[in-house]
This record gives sequence, structure tokens and C-alpha cells, in this order.
Amino acid sequence: MLTIKNLHASAGGAEILKALDLEVKSGEVHAIMGPNGSGKSTLAHVLAGREGYDVTEGHVTFDGQNLLDLSVEERACAGLFLGFQYPVEIPGVANNYFLRASLNAIRKARGEEELDAMDFLGLLKKKAALVEMDPKFLTRPVNVGFSGGEKKRNEILQMAVLEPKLAVLDETDSGLDIDALRVVSKGIESLRSPEHSIVLITHYQRLLDYVVPDVVHVFAGGRIVQSGGKELAIELEKNGYAAFESAASA
Amino acid sequence: MSTREIKDLTRRDYQYGFVTDIESDSAPPGLSEDIVRFISAKKNEPEWLLDWRLKAYRSWLEMTEPKWAAVSYPPIDFQSISYYSAPKSKTDGPKSLDEVDPELLETYKKLGIPLHEQEMLAGVAVDAVFDSVSVATTFKGKLNDLGIIFCSFSEAVQEHPELVRQYLGSVVPITDNFYAALNSAVFSDGSFCYIPKGVRCPMELSTYFRINAANTGQFERTLIVADDGATVSYLEGCTAPQRDENQLHAAVVELVALEESNIKYSTVQNWYPGDKNGKGGIYNFVTKRGKCAGRNSKISWTQVETGSAITWKYPSCLLQGDGSVGEFYSVAVTNNYQQADTGTKMIHIGKNTKSTIISKGISAGHGQQTYRGLVKVLKGAENARNYSQCDSLLLGDQCGAHTVPYLEVKNPSAHVEHEASTSKISEDQVYYCQQRGLSAEDAVSLIVNGFCKEVFRELPMEFAVEAQKLLGVTLEGSVG
Repeated sequence: MLTIKNLHASAGGAEILKALDLEVKSGEVHAIMGPNGSGKSTLAHVLAGREGYDVTEGHVTFDGQNLLDLSVEERACAGLFLGFQYPVEIPGVANNYFLRASLNAIRKARGEEELDAMDFLGLLKKKAALVEMDPKFLTRPVNVGFSGGEKKRNEILQMAVLEPKLAVLDETDSGLDIDALRVVSKGIESLRSPEHSIVLITHYQRLLDYVVPDVVHVFAGGRIVQSGGKELAIELEKNGYAAFESAASA
Repeated sequence: MSTREIKDLTRRDYQYGFVTDIESDSAPPGLSEDIVRFISAKKNEPEWLLDWRLKAYRSWLEMTEPKWAAVSYPPIDFQSISYYSAPKSKTDGPKSLDEVDPELLETYKKLGIPLHEQEMLAGVAVDAVFDSVSVATTFKGKLNDLGIIFCSFSEAVQEHPELVRQYLGSVVPITDNFYAALNSAVFSDGSFCYIPKGVRCPMELSTYFRINAANTGQFERTLIVADDGATVSYLEGCTAPQRDENQLHAAVVELVALEESNIKYSTVQNWYPGDKNGKGGIYNFVTKRGKCAGRNSKISWTQVETGSAITWKYPSCLLQGDGSVGEFYSVAVTNNYQQADTGTKMIHIGKNTKSTIISKGISAGHGQQTYRGLVKVLKGAENARNYSQCDSLLLGDQCGAHTVPYLEVKNPSAHVEHEASTSKISEDQVYYCQQRGLSAEDAVSLIVNGFCKEVFRELPMEFAVEAQKLLGVTLEGSVG
């Protein structure tokens, strides 16, 4: 699904990703854990194609295509979804309207028929129930006046509606209380299937109690320094990142 | 998404206007009493109207062009303009839509304009518009049954001189301002509408208007009177791009609302704005004012201004009747080198009068925009209420937005609130939309439409949809 080879990327003149390698197969759930400032979010934005991040070396293949050749929206239409760490507010644009525009843009790019308002509403209601979102949020402007937890839940709702091939979720669990974490996890789990892959970027092991990853990576100094199973996350939680950071700088 | 890209997106060519060379019976350039007499005679007007025009002309001679607006343009030579031109026939127009610029048609399609209206707008020869003529006749019959008068201004002068005489100039006096005086002296034609007591006009006076009064000239005059308890919704202009050989437009619109009546006046203005270097384009100097003369009457202005090189326009309300209500909802877009100085005046005269102002300004390219608004509460206006909200949205870093609110409050019981904001479309917002599969153009369009939502929801339904599309087309260059 996703193959990253020797990826180097910089932002604002500083090299942040340094010789990163990562392989995510169809149906796999990967967790990327690492200390603040290690470049986890940079990886998410480089994958999404955000301007201001320069890839200086390396290759990224997504679903058979050279990902780096595609524009932001082409990547999205190809099935790459980024769950934002800080979801953006769009005043005056209703959440349901935005999401329908999004879904239809993606369907159109794929050569599928656009959904009319009625069909979309049916789908949206089902997905909103899945993430236990109060219907009143659907008609409110995108993320405006939402609490931190509501914004994250909204990201998961969007993911559930768009059903991307690969979801990269950037600290979706930060700032969630226990109940919200359970709901968000349920949303993430619902995407899990042999056709969909998920990359969870997180600081904490607690999300991984609900969404058990196939692979855990430790991210430090702009690359992956160790990979393992779920037990690696537990070890990190106990011993911290210090040992890995020194390994990365060595 | 960089500022540069946003700039590229908002830069587009206006290729969709058109010039139809109508054989005209026009007066030589220049303005004099003789020309005023000539116009009046051509239109077979009664003596009192000629006198009224002459009085306006003499006042105009004494007046100077207003210079306080934040717009700049080369001096206008009023003696080089021809003040009368009567359209005779359309024989030079295209014979069918096949002869019309395909890009123009594409724009019409994007705006969702019905086929027969496209033909009319593109100046297709008359017989092709047969359908719409019969539609218009049906409307006319329906309005007649209710006693509603809706006709061209010239017709009203002939058929209903007593009504015209009673109300003409009663809201915008001939000496009101330079351009209003000029208009009063030489106005060509326009619309007249009278809704009798207790009648609720059963349709938006939009479709009818759009079919019938496309070209009323550069000095348009509109007068709408709603008698006691009457209700009317009137729509002027259209989203289709319009080009005109006359650079100067100075229209006057007067609205009179009597007791318990309600007038809703919506405008969509999309005149040729000039090219991206600021060459050409219409100068639009308009005086629009409504008088809430009767108790509990209401006048609501809604405008979407996307065209013209220069816009100078302040649709206003005189809230004379006790309990009367004035509203102003505006979206103004300035792109490339367009300049707009626009806003409103709410004059609270009666007791318990209420006004609301919602203004949304969008500047892109090198566009400059000023909101200029006056809220005036006179001494006798007990318990007056006003709420004003002026928001500006900037696209790119070469454009400007300015807000100039004037408040004059002479009664201590008044409540006057003013809120203003200026924001930019953030790169984060565009990126977020793109990550959800939308193109940068669609993202900008979506964000801008969200910004304007409070105004669009005041527009008649079908026009709100068109206005949204228009905004997209105006800002994105996404034609084709």
C-alpha cells in the first residue's frame, strides 16, 4: 500500500526527515511513536503533500503510484486521508455540506457517480451514529465552536465517510477523555479491513489498547529507529524515549 | 498553497461581456437644457416632468462631483457623453445561440441560466425569445388582476402620471447629490412598481424583470411604492455578466413603504469590471434609498456586487414611521483593480425603529474596498436599535479593505452596536479542503461562500444559488 524509501525532507531549511524507510501493507495498522519534535507530524504532512515541506531525496509509492508526483487533492482522491492534529475551522460552511463536497470530489475523481443529497444524508447518519456524534454538529460550520474532542471526533467521522485506502491519523488521541477515546477508537477500528491501512501517530500507548497495531515503530531523529510488535509500545511507556533518542543521534 | 497561488486563482480574464451594436437614434454628445428638452420630448412627457428635469439640471450645474469616496479614476468629461440613445431593433444581434461566443454560453451554463434567458441576454434576435414573451404576458395578467402596476418608467409616466408625480423625488430629492441630480435631469428609463393596499405580490418580480427590462440605459430610474399592508420582493440585475458601451452609470432607485408594508429589494450586479490591468470597466455611481414612511413598515436591501470598475453605492433607509425596520445585507467583491466604496445609511427618525447592517467585503488581486456606513439616530427616535456587522476577507497581499462607520446618536435611549472583522483566507483552510479532495479553486470558492452565508440566505432562493456560483466564477477563473 505504502512504501517509503530513504526519504529525506526539510522544512524552513532544516532537514527533519532523515533516511526514513517504512512499508505499510494492505490491511495493516501501524503505530508510530516518538518524542515531541522527532518529525512525526512532518511525515504526515509530507505524505499529504503540504506546501513548505521539501523532499530532497527518496521515494514514496502509494497504491502503485509515485505519491510525490501528485498534488494534495490528487493524493486525497487516490485514497490518502490525513486526520489533522489541529483540525481547521471553516466558518459558514456546514459540516455536512463540506463532507458531501469532499466525498463527491473524491468519487468524481475515481469515476464514480456523485451522491445526491438524500443518499448522502443516509450515509452520513449511519457514520455519525458510529462515532456517536450528536446530529446537531452535522449542520454546524466545520469545526467552528467545536471542543478539542469534538474536532477529533469530526476527523474520524470524515474518515469513516470517505473510507480512504490509507488513513494517517496525526495525534488523533491527544486531548481526548476516556469516553471520547473509546468512541474514536471504535471509529478507527471500523475502517480496519484487508483493503484499508492505518498509520497512527501517537505519543501514548493508551490508544493502542483499543486499536491494537500490527506493527509499532519508534520514531526519533527523523527516522524509524526500531520496529516491533505491540509489546514495544508497552516498553516505551515504561522506559521513555531517552534510550532511542541517543541511539538516533549516535 | 502560497499567496502567489491564491493570487493566480483570483486572476482571471473577463471575456464574457458582449457589445451589441444596436442601431440607435441618439442625441449628440454633450449636456444642455436643449438636450434635457429633447429627451423629455422624445418620451412625450408632460410639462411638469420636463420642469422637474430642468430644475434638476440647473441644480446639477451648481454642484460638484463628490470626492470623499475612497476611489480614484480619471476626471469624467460630462460633455463627451451622449445622453439619449433609443434602441430601435435587434437585427444586428446574433441569429441564434450558435453564433454566440461559446465561452459566454459556458458562463451562462455555469450560472444555471435557462436557455430562453440566455438567448435574451446574448442579444439573440427577437423571434427566438418568443417563449419568454408569452411567459411574461401570463405574469402581466396575473399582476393586473391584483391591481399591481409593474411597467417601464416611461409607460408609467403615460399611464399613471398621478402616482409618478406624487412619489418621484419624494425619497431622493433632485438636489440630493451630484449623480442623483444628473440622473433626474436625463434619466432614460427604468421600472415602476405599485402594489395596492393589502396586496401581497404573489411572485418575485425577478423573472419578469429579467425577461423584459434588460437594457434600460445608463441613467436608470426605478420607483417602487408599497401601499398600506402591501408586500413585494423585487430583484434587479442578474448574475450573467453584462457589458455596456457606456462607461458611466448613474442610477437612482426610490422605494416608498407605507403603513405595515414590506419591500425587499435584491440586487445582483455583474457589470464589466475592466481587464486585469484595470483598463476599461463600468463606473457605477448609484443612489438607492428607501423611505419607511408608514408605521411598522419594512425595507430590506440585499446586494451582491461583483462587477464594475468603480462602485459608489449606499442603499439607505429613512426610518420615519414608528416601529419601522430597515435592513442592509451586502456582499461586495473587488478583484484585479476594481474599487468599491459602498455601504448604507440608516436614519432613525420614528420611535422604536430598528436597523440591521450585515456587510461582507471580499478583496482580491489589487482590489480596494471601503465599507462606509452611517447610523443616525435623531432626537425623537426613542428606543432606536441598530446592529452592524462588517466583515472583510482578503485574498492575497496586494488588496485592501477599509471600514468607515459613522455613528450619530442624538437620543440617549438608543442601542447601537457595531462589530467589524478583517481576515484572510488561511493556507491552512485551503490545505485542509485539498486534503479532503477539493481543488484549490473549489476550496477558495467554498470558503468565500461560507463567509458570505449570512447575506446569501437573504436572497430569493434561486438567486442565492446563482449568486454562489457567480462568486465562484468571479474569483476563480475556472471557466471551461
